[in-house]
Amino acid sequence: MNTGKKKTGALGRLYMALIFLFLYAPIVVLIVFSFNDTKTMSRSVWSGFTFRWYARLWEDSMIQQAVWNTLLIAVLSALIATVFGTVAAVGLYRMRGWRKKVMMNLTNFPMVNPEIVTGVSMMLLFVFMAQVFKLGSLGLWSILIAHVTFCLPYVILSVLPKLAQMDKNLYEAAQDLGCPPLQAFRKVVVPQIMPGIVTGMIMAFTLSIDDFVITYFCSGTTQTLPIYIYSMTKRRVSPEINALSTVLFVVILLLLVLTNLHGAKEKKKEAPAR
Amino acid sequence: MKRRHLLTSGPYLVWMVLFIVVPMAMVVWFAFTDNVTGAFTLENIVRIGDYSNVFVRSIWLGALATVVCLVLGYPLAYLIAKIDPKYQNAIVLLIMLPMWMNFLLRTYAWMSLLEDNGLINNFLALLGLPRVHMINTSGAVVMGMVYNYLPYMVLPLYSVLVKIDGSVIEAAQDLGANRVQVFRRVIFPMSMPGIMSGITMVFVPSVSTFIISKMLGGGGNLLIGDLIEMEFLGNSYNPNLGSAISLVLMVLILISMGIMNQFRDEQEEDGGGVLF
Repeated sequence: MNTGKKKTGALGRLYMALIFLFLYAPIVVLIVFSFNDTKTMSRSVWSGFTFRWYARLWEDSMIQQAVWNTLLIAVLSALIATVFGTVAAVGLYRMRGWRKKVMMNLTNFPMVNPEIVTGVSMMLLFVFMAQVFKLGSLGLWSILIAHVTFCLPYVILSVLPKLAQMDKNLYEAAQDLGCPPLQAFRKVVVPQIMPGIVTGMIMAFTLSIDDFVITYFCSGTTQTLPIYIYSMTKRRVSPEINALSTVLFVVILLLLVLTNLHGAKEKKKEAPAR
Repeated sequence: MKRRHLLTSGPYLVWMVLFIVVPMAMVVWFAFTDNVTGAFTLENIVRIGDYSNVFVRSIWLGALATVVCLVLGYPLAYLIAKIDPKYQNAIVLLIMLPMWMNFLLRTYAWMSLLEDNGLINNFLALLGLPRVHMINTSGAVVMGMVYNYLPYMVLPLYSVLVKIDGSVIEAAQDLGANRVQVFRRVIFPMSMPGIMSGITMVFVPSVSTFIISKMLGGGGNLLIGDLIEMEFLGNSYNPNLGSAISLVLMVLILISMGIMNQFRDEQEEDGGGVLF
C-alpha cells in the first residue's frame, strides 16, 4: 500500500514500539534470568551473575537424549515427508475432477482440524496398533508416523504451485527426444519444482522440531525437547529452562541470519542476469 | 495416463486414509460406545452437557482473545504496510521471530512475569503501587493466547493491506472522501479476506489450547483442551468421553470455519500458500 505519505507519525511509532515491547519483553526476561545466580530457585529475584545453569544444561543427560530424539525425528520425518509428498504432489497435479477434490480435502483436513483432536485420534490408532502388532508401547515409531502425517500436507501445498507454474512442454519435449519418463522427471521436472521442495522440507523440519501437542499424545514415555520442556515447566525447577531457551533462541537467530544472508546473496547473483 | 497418477498418488491416499481417516473414524466409534461393554450408547454425548460451562468458557475466552488480537493487530499491520518498503520485510521477520521459539517457553516466560511475586508486581511495588493478582486468572489466559497468536492475526492482515493499490485510495480522496470515509469505504472492505483468515487462525488454536490455560490459568480455568487431555492421559481416564468431547470440538470448529468462509471472497481459489 503506497499512499504517498511515507512518514509514520510519532503516535504510530510509539504504538509499534509498545507492541514490540510486548512481544520481546518476556524473551528478554527469560534470557536475562538464565544468568541468575539464585539459591532459592526464584524466577524473578536477581541475585548475581553465573554460567552455572549452562554448565548444568551441558551435563544433563535427559536433555541430551531429548535433543537427539527431536533431531532424529525431525530429520527422518522431513526427509520422508518431502520425498513422499513430492511424489504425491505430482500425482495430485495430474488429477482432475472429483478425485482431485477428495484428495485436496484430505490434504487440507489435518491443517484445519484442531491439533489436539488430530493428536488424540492418532493416539487411539497407535494404542490399537501396539496391541494388535505387539509393538510394546508408543515411542519413536508412533511419533515418526504422526510427524510424517502432519508434515505431508505442507510439503504438498508448497510443491503443487510450483508444478502449476512449470512449463509442461519441456517434459514432453524431453520425452520426444527419447528420454524415458523417470529420467525426464528427474532431469526436467525436479529442477523446476526444486524451490517448492526445499520450502516444504524446511517447513516440515521446523514443524517437527517445534511440535508439542500431537507429540504429547503419541510419544508414550519417549521424550522430545518440547515434551521435556513441558515437564520442566510443571516441576517449576531451576533457571536451567531459561538457559535452554536462550540456547535455542540464539540457534534460531543464527539460522535466520544465515538463511537471510544466503537469500540476499542469491538475489544479487540473479539480478544482473535479468 | 490414469494408471500413472495412481502409482504416484496411490500410496499417499493409502497413508492418509490409514493415519487420518481411520483415526477419525476411531474417534467417532469411541464417542458412541460404552467404555466398559463396548456397546452402542449416546451416554458420552449426553454427559458433555455436564461440562457445558467449560465449553462456554473456552468459546468466550477464545473469542475475547481473537477480538483483542484483531484490535491490536489491525493498526499494527496497517502501520507496517505504510512504512518504507525497504524495512517492511525486516519488521515482518521481527513479528515472526518469537514464533520460532517453542510456545511452551514463551508461555513459561509469562509465568515469571505475572506471578504474585513476579517481575511486574515487583516493578509496581518499586513504584509504590499496589500489587495486582494476575496469574491464575482468566485474564492471564487471554493474555497468553494473545501473546502466542498475535502474529497469526498480523501476518494475513499485513499481506492484504500491503497489496491495496495506492491509486485506489487517491481516487477516493480525489472524489472527496475524507480519511475516515477512505478507511471505512475502501481500505476496510478490501482487507476483509485478511480479517477473516486472521480470525480463523487465532480462534481455532485459542479455543482448542490446553497448555496456556494450565500454565497461566491455574486449576480454575479449565478449557475444552484440558478436558480432552484429562480423559486421555490424565487421572480421569476415559477415552470414550474424551472422544465425544473431541468430536464436539471438531464439529464446533468446522461450523465456525464454514461461517467464516461465507464472508470470504472467492479470490483465493488457488489454495496456494495456506499458513505462509
